Amino acid sequence: MTTPNRIILDKYLRHNKKFPHIWCPGCGIGIVLAALLRAIDRTGWTKDEIVLVSGIGCSSRAPVYVDFNTLHTAHGRALPFATGIKAARPPLKVIVFTGDGDCAAIGGNHLIHACRRNIDITTVVVNNYIYGMTGGQQSPTTPEGMKATTATRGVIDQPFHIAELAASAGATFAARSTTYHAKELESFILKGLEHKGFSLVEAISQAPVCFGRRNGMGDPVEMVKREKELAIPISKTAGMTFEEKKDKIVTGIIEEREAQEWTDLYAGVKKTAGEE
Amino acid sequence: MKKKNGQLLQGNEAVVEGALYAGCSFYAGYPITPSTEIAEVLSVKLPERGGTFIQMEDEIASIGACLGASLAGAKSMTATSGPGFSLMQELIGYGVISEIPMVLVNVMRFGPSTGLPTSPSQGDVMQARWGTHGDHPIIVLTADSVPETFEMTVKAFNFSEKYRIPVILLLDEVVGHMREKITIPAEGEVKVVDRLKPEMPPEWYAPYADTNTGVPPMAAFGDGYRHHVTGLVHDAQGFPTAKPEEVVSGMDRLFSKISRGFSEVCITEELYCDDAKTIILSYGAAARSARDAVETMRADGEKVGLIKLKTLWPFPKAALEKYEKSVENIIVAEMNRGQIYREVWRVARGRWQVGKALAPYGNMLTPDMILDVARKVTK
Amino acid sequence: MAKANVKRKVVIYRDWCKQCGICSTFCPTGCIVKEEDGYPFPRYIEKCIGCRLCELRCPEFAITVEEWEKSK
Repeated sequence: MTTPNRIILDKYLRHNKKFPHIWCPGCGIGIVLAALLRAIDRTGWTKDEIVLVSGIGCSSRAPVYVDFNTLHTAHGRALPFATGIKAARPPLKVIVFTGDGDCAAIGGNHLIHACRRNIDITTVVVNNYIYGMTGGQQSPTTPEGMKATTATRGVIDQPFHIAELAASAGATFAARSTTYHAKELESFILKGLEHKGFSLVEAISQAPVCFGRRNGMGDPVEMVKREKELAIPISKTAGMTFEEKKDKIVTGIIEEREAQEWTDLYAGVKKTAGEE
Repeated sequence: MKKKNGQLLQGNEAVVEGALYAGCSFYAGYPITPSTEIAEVLSVKLPERGGTFIQMEDEIASIGACLGASLAGAKSMTATSGPGFSLMQELIGYGVISEIPMVLVNVMRFGPSTGLPTSPSQGDVMQARWGTHGDHPIIVLTADSVPETFEMTVKAFNFSEKYRIPVILLLDEVVGHMREKITIPAEGEVKVVDRLKPEMPPEWYAPYADTNTGVPPMAAFGDGYRHHVTGLVHDAQGFPTAKPEEVVSGMDRLFSKISRGFSEVCITEELYCDDAKTIILSYGAAARSARDAVETMRADGEKVGLIKLKTLWPFPKAALEKYEKSVENIIVAEMNRGQIYREVWRVARGRWQVGKALAPYGNMLTPDMILDVARKVTK
Repeated sequence: MAKANVKRKVVIYRDWCKQCGICSTFCPTGCIVKEEDGYPFPRYIEKCIGCRLCELRCPEFAITVEEWEKSK
């Protein structure tokens, strides 16, 4: 039974903040934030023990709306702040809410190193393929050939696949879903929250104004339909070539394994050091 | 704790001892000459005392982790040198506007760029003042010896906790790597300041409200005082605002909380200034040579005094203005092309002749170099 | 089809709705329709099966689906 919106509204939104929120009509960030809040509600964690950290960008405006300990950092730096919080106070539940530009471009180095450390932080990346807050520039996930204000003749760079990138950098949980699959997205985020170690959930989302409009994708509804059409569960990708998968959205759990977590390992270091 | 009798320590090791004395429980850093010993020694000592050391992927991540740890309640520190200091600049401003205490040690080396990485310099004085973008207050301390490095490290933590601001400790390669005798004070002998915690019920807590000192109490994440922290200009609750009246009061408080503490924050030491006609003003390693030059000239009967800066920013101009009537010349002795010289010249407004004795090539400023300049002035 | 003795209500908070059309388009039973003024409305509430997809996919936190047992 999914948490009713009424409980989300009452319990998690900041009542002294102005709604409706700042995101464009039909933008998927609100769907991802709602999925995160429902997943959090299912963990049973208290609001006082949760820290929600973001960087800069459209997605990173999310923390201000929700009633946790919230931290809106500088562009790309959510993960270093989150790492400091978690390392200094391990009982806190640290969640990063970020976007494709924030996390994979300017914060890309921090992302792979947070993965490598396997520190117990859950990162939710809203991947809408574009820089929205600055008005539609190419991001490291913009698919080849798509148009952006800084790539009016089409993007020529290869895109990152964030979930796979995280998995290969050492994240012990990595998954991808879309705003169309809001229920699945919620379940992946919940798995990420409950996973011990670094977890990353990539949420493919629509940016109707800054991305869809420029690329002839129609209104938000058409963009969500497109997510549905392009999505292919990872279980059905066996035997597919890179070229065949390139234009698809591979959904599902990309990586899930157990490994020793950083703060646990460091507690061991402290114990040894104290006894010396 | 029993008082340890004299130890022979490096300046960088004195930073470690000062940090631990002040209650530092978190260090995040990235290796860079000539500051690396601070990280190496803390990686051993912090976990022994229940603290946390983490080596980050770069200097931006290092200061980010320190700010995060401080928000979670830890007294945190990072150390670097010029190139890393440049990378940290953006987040120094974040710490200033979000009022997050932390200590940043910059053991200066010669620049720009990779420069002369193992040579001494005091070239980051202006970067420490103005490196991050936008108008901002900042506290920058320095030291000229191993015992003073300990003292100023403790002060750096105290000021950062008291005023809720990142404090920069600007050392140079000579002080960082020099070994001297130091006696670490016993616990309680030197005052240690902890940040003010909120005592009101959480629903009344406003993390950026004005108070009688201008410094609001600071709750750590997880203390039950849920609040929002942002680098955007914010209201008393911490929420972003662009309302002119809230921008004015918020930004003015950032500056006034420090200016109200000028008399405590601006630290100088004086030698033979009472009857001096010429004052040599110096700081850091250069101040050691300046002291030697002053002693030499006093032995020759010259009326020369020394003002040693232990605080660089806010610039301790009151220490100079005391001698408005009695002093004729001020000579600034430093290891750069005149960064503090320009500030003294600005403060002088024609009241004194301002001269300079500089070592701008990654070389140590020697007493003879200062004497050459000072003797021409006093002739 | 859900239990027969359950009554449902789809509450749409118009002040927060930005008329994106996602809820009405993807409503699997056609319960919610887009009205002429652009806002969604649960016109055919009897068709609601309580799947809550409208609520989950609303980017604005503007939809709440409520269910209660019918009194006999």
